[in-house]
Amino acid sequence: MGGKLLLLDASPEAPPPLSQVATSGAHGEDSPYFAGWKAYDQDPYHVIFNPSGVIQMGLAENQVSFDLLEGYLREHPEAAGWGGAGAGAGSGVASFRDNALFQDYHGLKAFRKAMASFMEKIRGGKARFDPDRIVLTAGATAANELLTFILANPGDALLIPTPYYPGFDRDLRWRTGVNIVPVHCDSANGFQVTVAALQAAYEEADAAGMRVRGVLLTNPSNPLGTTVKRSVLEDVLDFVARKNIHLISDEIYSGSVFTAPDLVSVAELVESRARRGDSGIAERVHIVYSLSKDMGLPGFRVGVVYSYSDAVVTTARRMSSFTLVSSQTQKTLAAMLSDAAFADAYIRTNRERLRERHDHIVAGLARAGVPCLRGNAGLFVWMDMRRRLDEATVAGELRLWDRMLHEVKLNISPGSSCHCSEPGWFRVCFANMSLATLDVALARMSRFLHKWNKYNNTARTALEK
Amino acid sequence: MGGRLLASSQPEPPLSDIARSPAHGEDSPYFAGWRAYDEDPYDPVTNPSGVIQMGLAENQVSFDLLEAYLREYLEASDCGVGFRENALFQDYHGLNSFRTAMASFMETIRGGKARFDPNRIVLTAGATAANELLSFILANPGDALLVPTPYYPGFDRDLRWRTGVNIVPVHCRSDTGFQVTARALQAAYDEAVVAGARVRGVVLTNPSNPLGTTVERAVLEGIVDFVARNDIHLISDEIYSGSVFATPDLVSVAEVVEERVLHGDNRGVAARVHVVYSLSKDLGLPGFRVGVVYSYNDAVVAAARRMSSFTLVSSQTQQTLVAMLSDAAFNAAYVRANRARLRERHEHVVAGLAHVGVSCLRSNAGLFVWVDMRLLLDEATVSGELKLWRRVITEAKLNVSPGSSCHCSEPGWFRMCFANMSVETLDVALQRLSCFMERWNKYTRK
Repeated sequence: MGGKLLLLDASPEAPPPLSQVATSGAHGEDSPYFAGWKAYDQDPYHVIFNPSGVIQMGLAENQVSFDLLEGYLREHPEAAGWGGAGAGAGSGVASFRDNALFQDYHGLKAFRKAMASFMEKIRGGKARFDPDRIVLTAGATAANELLTFILANPGDALLIPTPYYPGFDRDLRWRTGVNIVPVHCDSANGFQVTVAALQAAYEEADAAGMRVRGVLLTNPSNPLGTTVKRSVLEDVLDFVARKNIHLISDEIYSGSVFTAPDLVSVAELVESRARRGDSGIAERVHIVYSLSKDMGLPGFRVGVVYSYSDAVVTTARRMSSFTLVSSQTQKTLAAMLSDAAFADAYIRTNRERLRERHDHIVAGLARAGVPCLRGNAGLFVWMDMRRRLDEATVAGELRLWDRMLHEVKLNISPGSSCHCSEPGWFRVCFANMSLATLDVALARMSRFLHKWNKYNNTARTALEK
Repeated sequence: MGGRLLASSQPEPPLSDIARSPAHGEDSPYFAGWRAYDEDPYDPVTNPSGVIQMGLAENQVSFDLLEAYLREYLEASDCGVGFRENALFQDYHGLNSFRTAMASFMETIRGGKARFDPNRIVLTAGATAANELLSFILANPGDALLVPTPYYPGFDRDLRWRTGVNIVPVHCRSDTGFQVTARALQAAYDEAVVAGARVRGVVLTNPSNPLGTTVERAVLEGIVDFVARNDIHLISDEIYSGSVFATPDLVSVAEVVEERVLHGDNRGVAARVHVVYSLSKDLGLPGFRVGVVYSYNDAVVAAARRMSSFTLVSSQTQQTLVAMLSDAAFNAAYVRANRARLRERHEHVVAGLAHVGVSCLRSNAGLFVWVDMRLLLDEATVSGELKLWRRVITEAKLNVSPGSSCHCSEPGWFRMCFANMSVETLDVALQRLSCFMERWNKYTRK
């Protein structure tokens, strides 16, 4: 019986209407970003059972460092549980009862301290984080939405440099009613944000009657895989100060910077400006973090809103009631991340492995004749296929993407799904599969491009004749 | 350096209307009492004259049953095996096995009188999130949800704060045992219309918080008819469904939907009905953040699933609980034992209160009693009630929740929780109330 609606002869009344939010398309699932996932779900690659299936290169997961986490948990089984006999108050092991009851939206103090410490280590001690400014949310998805609810009204605008993470269209806009106005970046300067582009976006919003509330930066960038230059970051800070708006810095990939230049976190700049006497900037700055990428724990739903504004911290904390982190998970991770030796070793090793993977894929693509944007961070490369477009348009890009998906059987993310204004770029993930699978993918790319080159050379030769 | 803000001459950029609105609700007496407790918390050894927390609807009577099961399970499970898959699992469909376990648990609670399809279960981080999700899905900003009073104070925030949806109270009175009447529903509906708010649904809590009573079958049928007639939705928050410890048995809206579907459901009732559940009360696991939206409406399930991205349940927690909740024998034994213990506590409190001359609404569920202190009011008004409440906090050192914080239209009622403390502490509380009543009797007799 449960839930199976019987088809009736007497035509039932139409179901009662749902809200505008429920019926809007802003959940984003009709975009190509998700269409590729569907193709993968229907025909997923498996080395033995489905060797010709689609290889998932559209999922920015970090699978290269699980053994480190598993090793820790094996050595410290009490982290995942609540201890055996003798556990409880005084035994140093959090009792089951206390943990199960803990729903305080301040979050477990030990966990906040551990997160603050982890965020400091990632930045090499170049910035300090106050555990009392950390607000926990169920993932960065929730953190970004929370900040949008707090900083902007429906109809207002946030300026976001392109290309950007496709999920922002849903996270920042769907339930909030806030608009995104893109800040166009292009390859001429390595896709770095310029003041001119910021200003143009601001004016565009203004002309459309939208009040601009802030800039949202992702640093390191998804999908570019690059860190934001210090001078650019300074320019962005000056811009938000000038316009009296906010800056959200999503630093979810901060632990994945594997090559120079080092990450320059906005936290560093806030501190250095305060030292120089400019403390007004701080209250505009809010940082988002998560353990989903650096630690490869997207299932555990651990996100952070870090703000230098007391009012934002207080409001975010209250609002986090809708998206609290499981107390069980807080307890497990507090133990792990408080272990300084473990945290240091993890960060170091994770970076090395990501660097290896990155170099491997860049070299493989180069051999196949495909350049990438020079990246130093993240779990993906920003691949340049502009020369392989039949025409330099979004339609041309999507045609190529379709071929990649159905002929080459690689699910990669087309730049247009990231709102890139230059057609022909694709985001290719490299850390969510084994090295062997990565090599299969590279071999497929190579064969595809070999055929493409041949075809195009033949065509060109024919033309020349 | 971190976070120490120096005095600044620059204006802080403004925050949103939502951020500045008081609809987070923390300025209500409900939370003021909590603060009094936080500043002076009772401890039998270190602070025996501190405030006893009777304003927190937690279930602490059955932990031992969970603890034993979970410790055994975790020791038996290899921390390494399956870790990777579990850590990566962020699918908003939720773990199949966990949804199946939740469906099974919800069926056990209802004694098999209704079935739950695991594919209609959407997981959220707590019922707080589930209720807000449904409010976002079923109503536009400015629309209205009808909520019978007295109701859980958290609804003011959960249903309204970020959604911009309004609550219009459906006034219930003690002369009908606070059960919802057709007239009260209609009056609330009309009030909303007059105010220019489009009514989108009714939000029922069954069993009721703060009343501790189950909704009578006839009343439930009446409400279902009302929502069908007015082309609106029904949200049934059944978060206390596992805590019905005395007759009458719970009649869940799920039962009513199934009966109607069986008989043809030509009014399309099913597509209007949505059930909210959680493990925070029945299992006493509020920290684990496990909530459910269950809907008979496919479009609502699809929308809720997508929206749950903002409030997913930790995959670690789903995995930890799945074995326990899939264990039919454990479920049955737990529900039975938990009910028995709650019944004991309830009877103990009711008897203790009666002993000192205080009566309660006759109740059969929940983690609290609805105490009648109307006779102690100096005047039958909200301010009279709040005066009495302050005396109870400062003199008797008991944090109980005043009915006005639950929007009760009759002053003088208080919600008193009984399952969030030891029996010893409960007896201390009853003893203090006894002294308080003695003083009051002496004073009024003069």
